[in-house]
Amino acid sequence: MSGAFTSLSKAMAKGFFRDKATLFFSFIFPLMFLVIFGLLFRDAGAEKIKIGAVGDGPVLAALEQTGAVELERFDSVEVGVRKVRDGDLPGLVEATGDTVRLRFAASDQSRAGIVRGLVAGVTQELNVRASGQPPRFAFAAEQVEDASLKPIQYLTPGIMSWGIAVTAVFGAALTMVNWRRKQVLRRLRLAPITPSTVLSSRLTVTIAVAFVQALVFVGVALLPIFGLRLSGTWWLSIPVFLLGVLAFFAIGMLIGAFCKTEEAATGAANIVVLPMAFLSGTFFPIDAAPPWLQSVSKAFPLRHMNDGMMDFLVRGQDASALLVPCAVLVGFTLVVGFIASKVFTWEDS
Amino acid sequence: MTLTPPAIVVEDIHKAYGELKAVDGVSFTVAEGEFFGILGPNGAGKTTTLEIVEGLRVPDGGSVRLLGENPFPRNVALLPRIGVQLQASAFFEKLTAREQLETFASLYGIDAKTAGEMLDLVGLTDKADTREDKLSGGQRQRLSIACALVHDPDVVFLDEPTAALDPQARRNLWDVLRAIQERGKTIVYTTHYLDEAEILCDRVAIMDHGRILAMDPPATLVRGLDAPTHVILERGSLSLEDARAIAGADDVHADEVSLTISTRTPAPVLSTLAERGTLDGLQVRTATLEDVFLDLTGREYRA
Ligand SMILES: Nc1ncnc2c1ncn2[C@@H]1O[C@H](COP(=O)(O)OP(=O)(O)OP(=O)(O)O)[C@@H](O)[C@H]1O
Ligand SMILES: [Mg+2]
Repeated sequence: MSGAFTSLSKAMAKGFFRDKATLFFSFIFPLMFLVIFGLLFRDAGAEKIKIGAVGDGPVLAALEQTGAVELERFDSVEVGVRKVRDGDLPGLVEATGDTVRLRFAASDQSRAGIVRGLVAGVTQELNVRASGQPPRFAFAAEQVEDASLKPIQYLTPGIMSWGIAVTAVFGAALTMVNWRRKQVLRRLRLAPITPSTVLSSRLTVTIAVAFVQALVFVGVALLPIFGLRLSGTWWLSIPVFLLGVLAFFAIGMLIGAFCKTEEAATGAANIVVLPMAFLSGTFFPIDAAPPWLQSVSKAFPLRHMNDGMMDFLVRGQDASALLVPCAVLVGFTLVVGFIASKVFTWEDS
Repeated sequence: MTLTPPAIVVEDIHKAYGELKAVDGVSFTVAEGEFFGILGPNGAGKTTTLEIVEGLRVPDGGSVRLLGENPFPRNVALLPRIGVQLQASAFFEKLTAREQLETFASLYGIDAKTAGEMLDLVGLTDKADTREDKLSGGQRQRLSIACALVHDPDVVFLDEPTAALDPQARRNLWDVLRAIQERGKTIVYTTHYLDEAEILCDRVAIMDHGRILAMDPPATLVRGLDAPTHVILERGSLSLEDARAIAGADDVHADEVSLTISTRTPAPVLSTLAERGTLDGLQVRTATLEDVFLDLTGREYRA
């Protein structure tokens, strides 16, 4: 029995790795998205406001320390002011002795506001400190999670989940259809093995392939040029990963049970996976989408796999965040798997 | 007669696809160690009959005992004891000939070495590392047969195993099948080659329209036909009138190349021809299964 399991798994793995088109769509194609988007958006989100600066002193130093602005130094006020007038810079800070003077362009209201607030805030803070008095009102600022994930941080879990989902669905569906059409299933039915041996070997191959995909995607994203940084709880993503693979495997089996030809199965798989890919935060963070779209996306297993992967790979959530994605994915697998087992046939007609 | 129970007992099986009665009341028994052939034109119901016996299709009515057991619903205890070559070969995608055979072998707990020997037996050793889709039709057929035989089953079902084989490969397969039979195994097979069935089979069943029209050893069938012997001469070596005048000639007809005399008393006809010195290019054809087939189905047989 274990011999049958091993040899069937091997047969399926060879079928997978010997098919160039399958390899392309499982590895190269998702990687292309990762590379293109990763490079395209590499500097997005890290963008800082540039302010012109003339002179020197504690205020300018403190401004630089906020990390929110980048100072462009000028030797003379005239040159700096011209830049502000031309709209190249939102403002110019002139620090001479104890005077801090900000000139800003009124054309860009919002940026002018930010610059004004920033410079005023820093100056007042220094004033309070110089007075020697303890501040009357305590002010604390902390960054909350995490609208400002660097693109690679959400692109990696998103594209990875998508790539794994596509491969799991297509792999399971096409094997079933091909084996049925070529009578391999009938022939297997004549061998002393159980259907669960066939099923579990296909699932094993799907998980193994998904594992290789995950290693490749994360490995590439970790390269300095893309700069992915894994959180400390990345290993909690493993159960989400496994349950996600299982859910998409079940979808693949369902499609494989319904469709008679490979063409039909490919079409059906695309119809299922493509909308999910666009609405589950594969290519952009779903938090930016309108609320109704977010609700719709919650119906997709890819959304939950995506969320789970993101939570643990990059957001560093603790184990309590496992509950929702895992529960949804398990439920999905059970329902879809049950239907698939009901529709399954060994042969056509 | 043997005392061992029969390997296969089929009683009055029926299978209809909508209006079409693919199998319409078929009964037969195959003894253990027997070589049983099923012949019949396309669509006669051979494959359907075979697959019902194998347990792949469920009949609408009737019963099947295979090695004393019911083959359906799927009987896993029975499966290691039967070997099946389906009419359309079933292979795993992208695997080489050797890998196919090893995969099937392992499903039955058979090691790779035995699989290698099997490849040798069907003459595919030099194609061992060729992928399934790069094999020729006959090579696929041989591989498919090897896959059916690899676990040394007690009952072997072969659906047109010699279709697509060249004469050499056909002869080789005959030897393989005979060797299997000599070891006491039962073989059930279908074919369109009547000459081959005549040579190989202990008994044949001739099917058409889902029914068995006749079932006996080939020699018995041919003898029972009481068909005339055909003496065939080169055209022009004898005139039609002269031929008709020969004592014992029942019927004479001619085409562009030959003149055929049908007779039930070939000896005097041949001696008359010898006296006239017209034996050049002479052929004598006695009745074969093809004549039986023609007689039963009313159809000329074309392989
Ligand atoms: N699954 C099916 N659905 C509908 N009709 C079928 C099916 N299988 C077989 N038939 C019909 O049943 C009849 C018998 O088919 P079968 O395959 O048994 O013939 P066969 O004797 O094996 O012919 P061949 O020599 O061409 O292999 C045919 O008319 C065929 O069209
Ligand atoms: Mg047939």
